[in-house]
Amino acid sequence: MSRRGGQGAVPVLGSIVVALTLSIVPLPGSIEQFRPDWVALVLIYWTMMLPQRYSVGMAWLVGLVLDVAQGTLLGQHALALVAVTFLTSRFHLLMRVFPMSQLTATVFGLLAVYQFLLFWINGVAGVDARAMTYWGPVVAGTIVWPIVAGLLSGLRFRLLARG
Amino acid sequence: MVTTRNTGNSPPRLPALGLKSLALVLLSIVIMFADSRASHLDTVRQAIGAAVFPLKVIVDAPARLFDWAEESTVNRETLERENRRLKSERMLIDAELQRLTALEAENARLRQLLDARQQVTREVRVAEIMAVDANPFRHTLTIDVGTADGAYDGQAVIDAHGVVGQLIGPGLKTSLAVLISDPGHAIPVEVNRNGLRTIAFGTGEIDALDLPFLPNNADIEIGDLLVTSGLGGKFPPGYPVARVKSVTRIPQEPFADVEATPAAMLNQVREIMLIEADEPERTELPADE
Repeated sequence: MSRRGGQGAVPVLGSIVVALTLSIVPLPGSIEQFRPDWVALVLIYWTMMLPQRYSVGMAWLVGLVLDVAQGTLLGQHALALVAVTFLTSRFHLLMRVFPMSQLTATVFGLLAVYQFLLFWINGVAGVDARAMTYWGPVVAGTIVWPIVAGLLSGLRFRLLARG
Repeated sequence: MVTTRNTGNSPPRLPALGLKSLALVLLSIVIMFADSRASHLDTVRQAIGAAVFPLKVIVDAPARLFDWAEESTVNRETLERENRRLKSERMLIDAELQRLTALEAENARLRQLLDARQQVTREVRVAEIMAVDANPFRHTLTIDVGTADGAYDGQAVIDAHGVVGQLIGPGLKTSLAVLISDPGHAIPVEVNRNGLRTIAFGTGEIDALDLPFLPNNADIEIGDLLVTSGLGGKFPPGYPVARVKSVTRIPQEPFADVEATPAAMLNQVREIMLIEADEPERTELPADE
């Protein structure tokens, strides 16, 4: 997979594994509702930066793993992640030149789409939950986005410099 | 795999991307239907589950380490105190058990007289809950036994105080259990005092069950113990499920508004037990002699 040295797959896969782990780490009661969608954030970042290599196919596979890890309907997160990465991939050139504030606003929109799709599928499948609880991860995800993006670009540039 | 293909024929163009996304979305929908209607995808789930297993172990590790550290640094005095407490508790339980043995013998004798089917003693397996959080919109637990240890789909889960829930996604080494408080869960129960049968639904709150099908004139009171009735075939009969917390009778409505508090410590347990269900032949009526 890492044929092109410099931007090998290791940091990408590594960050996705970390994101998957974070999404099943137990959190105390009320904070639980504000767990950011780590996997979605990481996938948005890599799709924005390397859309030729990491896009919907990758997102779909990761989504299936997330579904199994969280015990949700198989295909639910896969579908939502495909939608989000499709949008990111479609607008990646635009997003790359956005200043951080604008980019963060875009990520807010993407996360809202993501949670809406999950909410929608839950509704169809009959898993009910109050609509308000879906806003927690969106807000939390938007807040941590600059940190995630900073960490991942640090990782990317270090690898670029070395390669 | 998909990523390598992408690298090969770079750069992927928009129509291709759109088509691919559409195909994946449709595929997801097909999978969701297959997953929700029947258990066609259990093997896929188990295969991916095996890949996720190391993640769960890593996530669970700090909690386990903490437990271990706590156990190994506890001082002598505390241990002695605990030991004393456990001993006195055991004496009490032993005393209860003596009575139970006599009652059990009497019960068996009476059942024989009535020609009723014998109560079976059940296999119980102890399992531990892993500190892994799953779907925030459902009440589930991850436990550290799977099909490799003999767990199966729908197996009843109890703790020391009552019914906890049932297994929904047994993997090879870990399984998912849905709690009785999950909004999608229902359990057939009966009132221990008078045998009144009904169904207890989860509400989405960890400390409340809903009993929506009791008419206004039903004989149910605050404090009544609800036990499993065994009617659904999933849960063995006679295990405590909940205690009635409130009964509101509204004259205009056909049904009373009844709430109950689960008997099991749903959000405090660490160790739980899996009970084997009846084998089919055990539920048959005895042949006439």
